[in-house]
Amino acid sequence: MAAFAIQASGLSKRYEIGRARSNDTLRDALAHGVRGVWSRFNRSRRESGAASTEFWALRDVSFEVSPGEVAGIIGRNGAGKSTLLKILSRITEPTHGRVAIRGRVASLLEVGTGFHPELSGRENILLNGAILGMTRNEIRAKFDEIVAFAEIGAFLDTPVKRYSSGMYVRLAFSVAAHLEPEIFIVDEVLAVGDAAFQRKCLGKMNDVAQRHGRTVILVTHNMDSIVRLCQTALVLGGGRVQFKGRAEDAVGHYMKAEADPSATIDYSARPRPDWARRRHEVVRISHLNPGETPWRIPFAGSLEIQIETQSRSPIADGRIFLAIFSATGAEVGAVQSLLLPRPGGGGGDRYRCRLEDIRLNPGVYAFTVGVRADMGMEDHLEEAFHLEILSTEETRAAQIDAFSGYYAPRNSFSRE
Amino acid sequence: MPVPQDPGPPENLVFLKRSDGAKLSADEPKFLATQEKPLASGEDLPELVIEAGKSEAHYWRDLWRYRELLGFLAWRDTKVRYKQAALGVGWAVIQPAIQTALLTFVFGKLAKMPSGGVPYPLLVLTGLLPWQLVSSAVTGASNSLVSNTHLISKVYFPRLLVPLSALAVALVDLGILLLISEPVALAYGVWPNWRLVFLPLFIVGGLLMALGAGLWMTALTVKYRDFRFIVPFILQTGLFVTPVGYRTDFLPNWRFALSLNPVSAVVDGFRWSLLGGATELYLPGLVAAVFVTAALCLSGTWYFRRTERRFADII
Repeated sequence: MAAFAIQASGLSKRYEIGRARSNDTLRDALAHGVRGVWSRFNRSRRESGAASTEFWALRDVSFEVSPGEVAGIIGRNGAGKSTLLKILSRITEPTHGRVAIRGRVASLLEVGTGFHPELSGRENILLNGAILGMTRNEIRAKFDEIVAFAEIGAFLDTPVKRYSSGMYVRLAFSVAAHLEPEIFIVDEVLAVGDAAFQRKCLGKMNDVAQRHGRTVILVTHNMDSIVRLCQTALVLGGGRVQFKGRAEDAVGHYMKAEADPSATIDYSARPRPDWARRRHEVVRISHLNPGETPWRIPFAGSLEIQIETQSRSPIADGRIFLAIFSATGAEVGAVQSLLLPRPGGGGGDRYRCRLEDIRLNPGVYAFTVGVRADMGMEDHLEEAFHLEILSTEETRAAQIDAFSGYYAPRNSFSRE
Repeated sequence: MPVPQDPGPPENLVFLKRSDGAKLSADEPKFLATQEKPLASGEDLPELVIEAGKSEAHYWRDLWRYRELLGFLAWRDTKVRYKQAALGVGWAVIQPAIQTALLTFVFGKLAKMPSGGVPYPLLVLTGLLPWQLVSSAVTGASNSLVSNTHLISKVYFPRLLVPLSALAVALVDLGILLLISEPVALAYGVWPNWRLVFLPLFIVGGLLMALGAGLWMTALTVKYRDFRFIVPFILQTGLFVTPVGYRTDFLPNWRFALSLNPVSAVVDGFRWSLLGGATELYLPGLVAAVFVTAALCLSGTWYFRRTERRFADII
């Protein structure tokens, strides 16, 4: 038998939304029961079957992780990542399928699980350690290390409700970071805390994975962490595995799958962040000069798009902006329009935007598009569209690719 | 935990090397180097299989493995309860004191129930001790799952630990009450004798009873949210069908009927152990209580285990 740390085969998870809702209270359950009996007497159809809506959070997911491997899981919200982690960490059972896990598992779906605000830092270390599966002796042995890592020193005996959020997160993560399981399941926890502490956590995780040969399963939206920490990754979409393979390829696949194939993208139904005031918003963006496929241009080519906006009420100093992000989540550049000619006052407008000589290295880039006004944001569309930069003769000759940064200036070399 | 937006450009991470090397840059703090622990080879690691409906096999083994967590949860619950010590302990005392006065007045003074020579307040107090134990254990256990939602949706452990740990708080409350009621008994001239040795037996009986009922109620509360309104109602009724404010041995017609409520036997047992022989044990009641308790515990565990695997999905 091949060595594996985790072997999942045919995992599926079904949630029954409709029925769970309607029977939420005893009163409803009783009423339902009475109705059931009543309708049986009346020889009419029972409604229980029709009332429930099935939802498959996971569908036939299979994969294998070898010992010592750091595997990432990527997917948009609702792709089934959380459900998969919950099954792997035994919080919930799969509806079908089977997972075999070799070794002790510690899962960290949240930092500070079980922290009690009334208890002191010291007490919470003990409690949280036990909840995460450490024995009393293990916690004792690591106690000083945990305190040192968290940098909470003098506040050790203060109730954590008086901690700053930074201290809280530091303490919580450092307990988790000192677990010594064979398999470590981590969800999004890298996104908390300040940058310096994040770096420390990533260092610690890297250390756990490589120096100690632990298996790590990591879920994050930060593609950069995936590429840098993971060897392999799994792309989930709609509860199914869409790709599994090398981390770089998986990130590329994910970004590409996100790209919209249609030349015109409609944003009217797209949710916006709460802080977008939406008095002036982007409703459609079209790629005006597509070659074979929209949203795909050659290296050093140009992109011409049409942006249709709709305004509800006047705004002052409105500008449209575009920000370009790399596959790893880094902001590569941004452009913005001059002041919008009409301050707005109802009705729609069309703008044409042309980006020329785009010397972004071949790869997929995500564009965030929005409308900014004098005081804050009117509209903000994260990943409004994805643009793939295709390699050309020039890039192949000069070996310009995704591994040589984001941008290649026009250049010439000559001997003097 | 709120997840802030993308943590930012990769300059945070440049010191990390990917799979090609385990070296961290030199300025990394020393404590990152935790002691090396030999990694067991794939074959001798325990293999865990997760499959629909197959959790039964390792459940009881897990329950034992997680016994330390039970201690920690119980410790947390009691610690949090008595954190503000003055109020915590005070509350555990004031409530029964008022109840004792009230029940003495209603049953002793108004209804003029016989006490068989035992000072009425003491009769009520020795009835209240077990009643408090059972009712607070049942209340704690019933609410336990819902009040630990954050744990249940984020971490695996045998869920049975949660209602079990709720019993600890009731036990500590009882300890405090016992310490306080003993001087009261002495003040009335009632000295404990050898019968006191059997008190722990009745305490365990009361806890098991509460656990059985609590398992049903907490599982039902997860499934039907409005069930939690029913629990206080059941307990309120219980206070009167349990001989807390009166003695059953002077009600021969009702005695057996009342002892079908297993808490009656615990109350009898407490009085028998604490009042130094002023009351007698009622054997049929005791036997009935053992059976009812066993039935409650077995069926409660069965129902809890049956619904447990869906807790995380519906809680």
